[in-house]
Amino acid sequence: MHGQGFFFQAFVYLTAAVISVPIAKRLGLGSVLGYLLAGVAIGPFALGLIGEEGQDVMHFAEFGVVMMLFLVGLELQPSLLWRLRGPILGMGGLQMAFTASAGTGIALLFGLAWQPAVAIGLILAGSSTAIALQTLNERSLMKTDAGQSAFSVLLFQDIAVIPILAVLPLLAVVGHGADGHDAGHGTSWVEGLPGWAHTLVVLGAVAGIVIGGRFLIRPIFRFIAGTRMRELFTAAALLLVIAIALLMSQVGLSPALGTFVAGVVLADSEYRHELEGDIDPFKGLLLGLFFIAVGASIDFSLIAARPGLIAALVGILLAVKLGVLFVIGRAFRMGLDQNVLFAVTLAQGGEFAFVLFSFATGNGVLTPEVASPLVAVVALSMALTPLLMLLNERLLLPRVGTREESGREADDPHGDKPVIIAGFGRFGNIVGRLLRANGVDATVLEFDSDRVDILRRLGLKVYYGDASRHDLLRAAGAADAKLLILAIDDHEKALQMVHTARTHFPGLEVMARATGRVEAYELMDAGVEHVFRETLDSSLRLGVEAMRLVGHSGHQAFRAARIFRAHDEECLEELAAMRHDRRAYLRRARERIADLEQVLAQDRRTALDSDDAAWDPESLRDEIQEFYADDPPA
Amino acid sequence: MSEHPRQVLILFAHPALQKSRVNRRLRQEVMDLPGVTFHDLYEAYPQLDVDAAREQALLEAHDVVVLQHPFFWYSTPAILKEWQDLVLEHGWAYGREGTRLHGKWLLNAMSAGGREVAYQPDGYNRFTIRQLLAPIEQTAHLCGMTYLPPFVVHGTHTLSDAQLDADAAAYRRAIEALRDDRIDLEALARHPRLNSDLDAVLRDPPAADGGGEG
Repeated sequence: MHGQGFFFQAFVYLTAAVISVPIAKRLGLGSVLGYLLAGVAIGPFALGLIGEEGQDVMHFAEFGVVMMLFLVGLELQPSLLWRLRGPILGMGGLQMAFTASAGTGIALLFGLAWQPAVAIGLILAGSSTAIALQTLNERSLMKTDAGQSAFSVLLFQDIAVIPILAVLPLLAVVGHGADGHDAGHGTSWVEGLPGWAHTLVVLGAVAGIVIGGRFLIRPIFRFIAGTRMRELFTAAALLLVIAIALLMSQVGLSPALGTFVAGVVLADSEYRHELEGDIDPFKGLLLGLFFIAVGASIDFSLIAARPGLIAALVGILLAVKLGVLFVIGRAFRMGLDQNVLFAVTLAQGGEFAFVLFSFATGNGVLTPEVASPLVAVVALSMALTPLLMLLNERLLLPRVGTREESGREADDPHGDKPVIIAGFGRFGNIVGRLLRANGVDATVLEFDSDRVDILRRLGLKVYYGDASRHDLLRAAGAADAKLLILAIDDHEKALQMVHTARTHFPGLEVMARATGRVEAYELMDAGVEHVFRETLDSSLRLGVEAMRLVGHSGHQAFRAARIFRAHDEECLEELAAMRHDRRAYLRRARERIADLEQVLAQDRRTALDSDDAAWDPESLRDEIQEFYADDPPA
Repeated sequence: MSEHPRQVLILFAHPALQKSRVNRRLRQEVMDLPGVTFHDLYEAYPQLDVDAAREQALLEAHDVVVLQHPFFWYSTPAILKEWQDLVLEHGWAYGREGTRLHGKWLLNAMSAGGREVAYQPDGYNRFTIRQLLAPIEQTAHLCGMTYLPPFVVHGTHTLSDAQLDADAAAYRRAIEALRDDRIDLEALARHPRLNSDLDAVLRDPPAADGGGEG
């Protein structure tokens, strides 16, 4: 069945995903488990739709992890990263040290020599970034204490992969394989360089990313954004991630780490949300592919051959990791529920284990007889994570009962803002400045890259992007924001955004600028409650000044405008409801024109009348004159 | 229409609520009481464009009108004056045919920076609170309303949290008593303030309603 070309493979993978993920989500199992089950279903041990090429697919799909770390970096301002340095070094370091030692000890108990034992300990100490972050994100737990801690540990593990790759070849006991690097870390520039030069190249590459990100990437993006071709920007974003991944592989660093650094560097930039929106779908698909590949790679014949051993090993792996993580969480004073969540999230083996096991086998550190069952163990432990999460949620948490309140998310350091302003031109900038002056935080999206540049130079947090895209809106925090203010002057685009917002973010209240009455009707038809005609207020103010210049008193003119305005808004709403029946609308519109004249005349009268009634009523004068009629004063 | 003998309308006026401690606390107590309509004037009319027709309809639907406000310059905040000017129309609220408010009660519920001793003929403010409120009392009288001695929280700048809690509780009790028609008007007439001695002017809750109009 295999090898029938790219389209057939794509068909199989996509079908499996499209069928199993929604079912898994509906059953409350989460998407990760859905993908894994899909992989098992189409893998060699069930339907057999994919076979050996599953391994290649997995290597390809690991790029999803690279993209994920780029996105994670984009979410992390350098200042936040600096604040997390304690957990990263403390928790991450302790976790690696303890888990690796425990793993080594257990491997020794199984009768292995110390070199392979150490290798196994190190390799199994890592957790799965893909599964952990995906599961946390899906449950909106990233910003909880446990989420942040888990992230810190994962970050440390990613960094630790570099020295582990360096150390593994030194642990070789069996005959050295001809070419040691067969795990995608292949040819590199640094091979054969002396240690100090290697270090220099590595530091140079990281410095290059930081400096390039600061000074080179932004002008390039600005130039590309200036073409106003959306796909070109997507291409540029992908190019950036792939280029960095390549560079990192060349100097022997983890590509994920490199793109993470690039993400952090770009976290402050105006292109942050647009990059997030562009990369996110690729990341999602690749990660899904990765999980499917993991599911397909589980070697059921091996498991069937030695079920007791594999089960025991999975149990030991999970127990050791859970124990270590729980103790660390305790030591860092995590609440009980958070601690359990933290431990469960990171209890599995990581995707780097697959890479490292094949690397270690290739280097002669481990024999295939030792490595293959362990690969199965890691895959099973990954598959068990979503189940453990589920158990934790359904059985454990309700008993612990100190669940962190969701209100905590409000003080999240990513600074999710309550207001999104789309468009910062002559209309939006006034709205934005008023809000800013009064301490209301807003995320500003603007499609004109030159304007973004100028505003940024003035110190405003403005992001480049086409806000009619729901992925970009999501990246700008639309899921948590209260208000979306549409201040763009492209009416068609505004309507499109209203539909996007109402479809994807029903909780988001929309306020919209309308060019004129017809545009206002259309926005109201689309379901916008707060519609503002852009010229109404300034026209009225001009009218008031005109009245004063021809002799009306200031307050009277002001009141007249106020009453006129209330009346006009009322008309607008009536007509908006009316215009579906075009005939009725036309009749009504003609009526309104006549009515408007009447109203205008009446307005002047009403305004004066109400003033009189309030402040100096004629009726009172009449009554008093009548009262004194019999007895006129002196 | 309701199980409460008297419908209470609270007209709340504070232009800078974020700076207010006492009024914010007091309003919390009564905002959601059943049988009580809480109406924040500055919130409803940020531009002081009081809607006379709407306000008159509200007045007609209630029996007790409470003006809750800080005592600014020996009077109300500006919007309450605007409210009087626009809503209490001749021929509606007063005058030969203006009888729509007849028989209703009017109460000022206020916070004042000065202590009670400052509002005495020989005190810092030279007049009693009741004297200073004469324009409103006379407005009520002209409209055929019964004017009650005011509910006053004195010395707001030095009020302790415990005292404020007690005042807030008293305010809630007073509003509930107004709503349930448990105020002894004859006893109340002997007191300078509604909250001078609340126990002496309230009838017990379980007592059957006497049903006497003020």
